[in-house]
Amino acid sequence: MNVPAAWYLVLAALLFGVGCFGFLTRRSAIIMFMCIELMLNAVNLTFVSFARTLSDVGGQVSVFFVMVVAAAEVTVGLGIVVAVFRRRTSTSVDELSELKG
Amino acid sequence: MIAYAFPSLAVFVVCALMTLGGALGVLLVRNPVHAALSLILSLFGVALGFLAQQADFLAAVEIIVYAGAIVVLFLFVIMFLGIDRHSHREVEPLAGQRFLAALGVGIVVLGVIALIASSHWVSGVPSVSTNGVPLAPGSGNITQIGDAVFTTYLIAFEATGALLLIAVIGAVNLARKERPRVGEEVA
Amino acid sequence: MAHVALLIVLFPLLGFALVLFNGSELSERGAGIVATTAVFGSFVATLVTFYLYLHHETAVTIHLFNWISAGTLQVPAGLYVDPLALTMCLFVTGISTLIHLYSMGYMAGDRDVCKFFLYLNLFVFSMLVLVLSDNLLQTFVGWEGVGACSYWLVSYYFDRDSAASAGKKAFLYNRVGDIGLLAAMFLLFNHLHTLTYTTIFSLASTLSPTTATLIVLALLLAATGKSAQIPLFNWLPDAMEGPTPVSALIHAATMVTAGVFLLVRMSPVLALSANGRATIAVIGGLTAFVAATIATAQKDIKKVLAFSTVSQIGYMVLAVGVGAYGAALFLMIAHAFFKALLFLGSGSVIHSLHGEQDMRRMGGLAKYLPLTFPTFLIGWLTISGVPPLAGFWAKGAVLTSLYALNKALYALGLLTAILTAYYMTRLFVLTFRGNERFRESFHGEPHESPWVMTVPLVILAALSVLGGLLDLPWLHQHTLETFLSPSFATTAVVAQSSGLQISLAVADVIAAVIGLLAAFSLWRDRHENPRLEKSFFEQVWHWDDAYDATIGRPLTSLAAFSGTVIEERVIDAAVMGSASRMRRSSEGLSKLQSGFVRHYALAMVLGVAVIVVYLVAKVGS
Repeated sequence: MNVPAAWYLVLAALLFGVGCFGFLTRRSAIIMFMCIELMLNAVNLTFVSFARTLSDVGGQVSVFFVMVVAAAEVTVGLGIVVAVFRRRTSTSVDELSELKG
Repeated sequence: MIAYAFPSLAVFVVCALMTLGGALGVLLVRNPVHAALSLILSLFGVALGFLAQQADFLAAVEIIVYAGAIVVLFLFVIMFLGIDRHSHREVEPLAGQRFLAALGVGIVVLGVIALIASSHWVSGVPSVSTNGVPLAPGSGNITQIGDAVFTTYLIAFEATGALLLIAVIGAVNLARKERPRVGEEVA
Repeated sequence: MAHVALLIVLFPLLGFALVLFNGSELSERGAGIVATTAVFGSFVATLVTFYLYLHHETAVTIHLFNWISAGTLQVPAGLYVDPLALTMCLFVTGISTLIHLYSMGYMAGDRDVCKFFLYLNLFVFSMLVLVLSDNLLQTFVGWEGVGACSYWLVSYYFDRDSAASAGKKAFLYNRVGDIGLLAAMFLLFNHLHTLTYTTIFSLASTLSPTTATLIVLALLLAATGKSAQIPLFNWLPDAMEGPTPVSALIHAATMVTAGVFLLVRMSPVLALSANGRATIAVIGGLTAFVAATIATAQKDIKKVLAFSTVSQIGYMVLAVGVGAYGAALFLMIAHAFFKALLFLGSGSVIHSLHGEQDMRRMGGLAKYLPLTFPTFLIGWLTISGVPPLAGFWAKGAVLTSLYALNKALYALGLLTAILTAYYMTRLFVLTFRGNERFRESFHGEPHESPWVMTVPLVILAALSVLGGLLDLPWLHQHTLETFLSPSFATTAVVAQSSGLQISLAVADVIAAVIGLLAAFSLWRDRHENPRLEKSFFEQVWHWDDAYDATIGRPLTSLAAFSGTVIEERVIDAAVMGSASRMRRSSEGLSKLQSGFVRHYALAMVLGVAVIVVYLVAKVGS
């Protein structure tokens, strides 16, 4: 018998937690992007688990779309990082706080 | 305790170790290049998890797109900007940020695990997109995804195509070096 | 009959539309011809309807369409053709035709003549809607229509301050009266659940005496506004600011008769309240007397005529108050004849002197105005009550009914009759006799008016002479009184012995003669006499000043107080205060925006944590 889907879901939750904690504590924009990728992958893992559990290919199609959007997001995000770095020679997000109230 | 088939249990354990280990590596190492490399480890673990759950196509895409393209893009940017020496681990400047982050994330993860534990998943629910046909393993899976993408999800598929194009144009525009225009002073 | 009766209303509307939509293409003469023809068509339609009515002798309701249908409020649009409406229509359309014709001459060369005829036609249309309506609400539409038209026409020379404010004054006084009509409608609908006349009349007896009195008083308020009675009479003399044909139209045919018409129309309700009728009679009698005293001291020829109108309408209201509806209508018709004649005659005089209105700068005009003079003479004798002209018979009818019902009011009426003869003689003498005082200010020769102006004068003079034939007291068949009686609730005419009637008639004649002789002897060889022109009378008994002191000035100071104190210290302070308080509180809130992305992300995660805790708690319970 196969490992139940719940195990994979727990794994995905832990992965998401690690990514989230990293996003909240690291200051380098590039590392934060990597953490976002971790969180997205955690979500993808749950999609695939549910696709198997519910026997629905729709979950896998969603993963496909998430990957495409993630690719686009990384492209634009890293473009922004490059643009910011040119002005500030730093990738620390804490230095970008001009929009405070 | 239910006894699970040995191969599937072994696969899960390996998958979990790779995934979480890679993720913790991203979180903990100082050098961004090393962080990117451990991200690849984590992504391989996720791909293994896909493979174990009859998502062969996605496992392949995961490795090709994520490990192959996205992480390479990360590495490229790191090298390009030359920030591999910088590290920001010394002191947390935002007071209480680490504690509150740990608290929030801990509550969320534990809460979700509690929800998973208390839920009863019903398998074999008639599905919308496949009309209750079980997921096919191997190459049959690719056929199913292809069918779904070009029929049921056609509009979303086209939209993501447009999104990619826009992202490319946006990234090119962002990364372009600003050249002073004629008649304008150089700032 | 139905279709012809509809034409009465539609003709003026058609004329209005034609002038309105072709105004730019019509010459001023063309506009006058269209407008006059439209009203004349309406007159012909009225004549035909009248002829047909004489054959059937039954009142007819012509249902046009359902106008308002909301729950129990069912208001049809319809025409109610009965003797009263027909009588009103006859003289309204007839005299309006003459006034339209006259206007073509009087207004020649004025600016915006098309607009003038436009308003005139709309005025006549509104009056006919008012008169022919089969329910109170439709009457109210016409009522407001004449109010609006009078506003436009009185302030016709709107670039003159006095004309503009006279128009406003007329409008505001009329609004006060309108409240009365609205209140009457509310009361009637509340108790009878209908506004249709015939239904009101059949159900009127179910009204309690208190309610009936309230309704009658509300109607009286409406009538005092429209018919210029105490306490709302001040607007009418100011309305002289309009062109003279408008004054004639307002005073003789339309507008001011509306109030009396409304009271007569609602006679079945009036019949239920003796107190209400007594109030009406007292208001009418007082107005007649007060206005007559004021008229003795005015120097403007049109002002004298204006107060004379107020006084004569007071007679009519007095007659209504004592239940002599037939006499009231008789006087209304006779008054329409001679007052139109007098106004158009005075217009002719003013025209000949190029706009001079002050009687002190007239005099000796008789030989220059060969047609205006004799016709004006007839008008003067008619209003003074000299037999056998129409005014004698009409005023006699009112005074005879009065004598039977209330001796005090009769005495007041007789006194007013003396005053009437007095001030009209003064006006006549100052205008046509004596030295040619106009020489000082007017250079040139006064000239007689064109035929379009004199023909109406001649016709009206003939009508003033013959008007008495409508209702001679010793004929009781085929008179106005018998014709109209189906429209009245109860005509409280007490049969008088013929001996008493003759002595009352002699008293009327004596009153007229006293007034005539007194004025002649006093004014024959002077044109100013401060002793006889008391400033108290000339200032309208300080009526306007009293209103100014009691209503005008307090309201002005209240407005000033609101403008400076309430506006600045209360409203502005509240607005500005809430704005600054909002700014301060948002300054505090904006501290939360630290600008650190990771703070925002943390807030999001903590929010998700709360949601997860809630979900866990929900699943667990």
